[in-house]
Amino acid sequence: MIGKLSFGIIALVLGAMLFCGAVSAEKVESLGEHGADRLLIATTTSLDATKLLDLLEEKFKKETGVTVEHVAVGTGQALEIARNCDADIVMVHDRVAEDKFIDEGFGVDRRVFGYNYFLLVGPKNDPAKVAGLNGTAAFMAIEKATAEDPSVIFVSRGDNSGTHSREKLLWKWGGYDYADINSSEWYREAGAGMGQTLTMADELQGYTLTDSASWGTYESNLSLVPLVENDEKFLNVYAVMRVNDEKCPDVNTEMAKKWINFMISDEVQDILQTYGVEKNGVPYFNPGRGSADVMGVTDEETKDPVV
Amino acid sequence: MNDLLTGFQMALNLILAADPEVLTITLTTLRITFTSVLIGTLISIPLGAAITFREFRGKKTLISIIQTLYALPTVIVGLLCYMVLSRSGPLGDLKWLFTPNGMIFGQTILIIPIMAGLTIAALQAIDPIITDTIRSLGATRLQFLKSHLREARFAIMAAIIVGFSRAISEVGTAIMIGGNIKGHTRVLTTAISLQTSMGNFNLSLALGIILLAIALIINLIMGFVQNR
Repeated sequence: MIGKLSFGIIALVLGAMLFCGAVSAEKVESLGEHGADRLLIATTTSLDATKLLDLLEEKFKKETGVTVEHVAVGTGQALEIARNCDADIVMVHDRVAEDKFIDEGFGVDRRVFGYNYFLLVGPKNDPAKVAGLNGTAAFMAIEKATAEDPSVIFVSRGDNSGTHSREKLLWKWGGYDYADINSSEWYREAGAGMGQTLTMADELQGYTLTDSASWGTYESNLSLVPLVENDEKFLNVYAVMRVNDEKCPDVNTEMAKKWINFMISDEVQDILQTYGVEKNGVPYFNPGRGSADVMGVTDEETKDPVV
Repeated sequence: MNDLLTGFQMALNLILAADPEVLTITLTTLRITFTSVLIGTLISIPLGAAITFREFRGKKTLISIIQTLYALPTVIVGLLCYMVLSRSGPLGDLKWLFTPNGMIFGQTILIIPIMAGLTIAALQAIDPIITDTIRSLGATRLQFLKSHLREARFAIMAAIIVGFSRAISEVGTAIMIGGNIKGHTRVLTTAISLQTSMGNFNLSLALGIILLAIALIINLIMGFVQNR
């Protein structure tokens, strides 16, 4: 009798579990799970943190009926995901890594859709006195200051993201061997995304490199201040490309092309113009349209639709 | 202290307002965890029984290995499953990477050792007199198995609870295989991880409270069943 009762209850619980599973399964599946109408983007974190992609994906879905989803990781990991054929599109910001990806035959139809600037942020009291310096000089000043002042700390993404790549370049431009920098006591490799790295830099009162879109998103939770901005060495260009179907036959090429053209369309470029202005004062991402010169790319890369 | 209180308040507000995003995250969590536990149970209990009641060479070693795998790090499972499920991996054709199915796959693998191990422990703990009695009464194999499972039902249910707890609380596998895609593979733990990394500690705490509340409810139900 007792046995039967508990079996009944167990059956009830299992039933409830299955029901729950089925209901949410339906919900999840309505978001599209099947090849042709699901497009997966591997993206850099800033496009996700600003919620820009959520907005664009919704618009794209309305226009084409295609569900677009994204995994937000560093640029390095995004390209790696694509190399394994696990994404249809990459949206990244690291020219050197992008060129390599294209040369290997994985990336095609690269278009540049926007840009902003990196900025060096740090503690209000600025112990290394970097405020007002140019990009490279600021990095050199930090390294020099660490010899005298143990409170000077630099926090690095350390995750092969686009921001990390630029940071490595800045050390190189300053005449350092990155291996030396990397093994220094004052250099803290977070191995984390932008938000977490900023939080860590804030806790440690250290310096870190960030992009203006992420900064605009996270700023309100932080006591750090921007110290070097708008430096020409800090230019940050965002590109979109699709994964080559010759390397990865399963990718959704047709829709991927539509997405790239969507990104450089007037509709999206107009959105970029104003997106974030209300909260941030300036747009999170400046539209790429008409700014090929500033970004150091060809005109075609900013406006020619892919076919 | 203040932060904690705000977190609790926020959790309550989110639950009471049935915030659609939180609701989706919670439902996705429940779906994935329950499915993993269900599949895990269907595999682990027969597996545990088979290992307990069969004599074979290397049985002790096998049990030791299973027990070692209790400590299987979630990120290792995540990594291995990632490589297996990637389109360039052996099960790539399933297209399960960055989908809830992939997460169920990973979590099931994660909880099988602990559920099977605890099942073995539960069955081994049955008094040998009972085993002898059942045998001497001439029970068929199926009757033998059924009576043993009934004897050990409390401990086996505990195994299921432990499997459930491990599945719902892990973040490593979920984030690596699921990719934390909003509305699709974002579950409570990965959402907490994300919100914390974004500095939204209150929202994180709120989500954590929801997770604990779910665990509490499940445990209460199971406890109720056990007490009957």
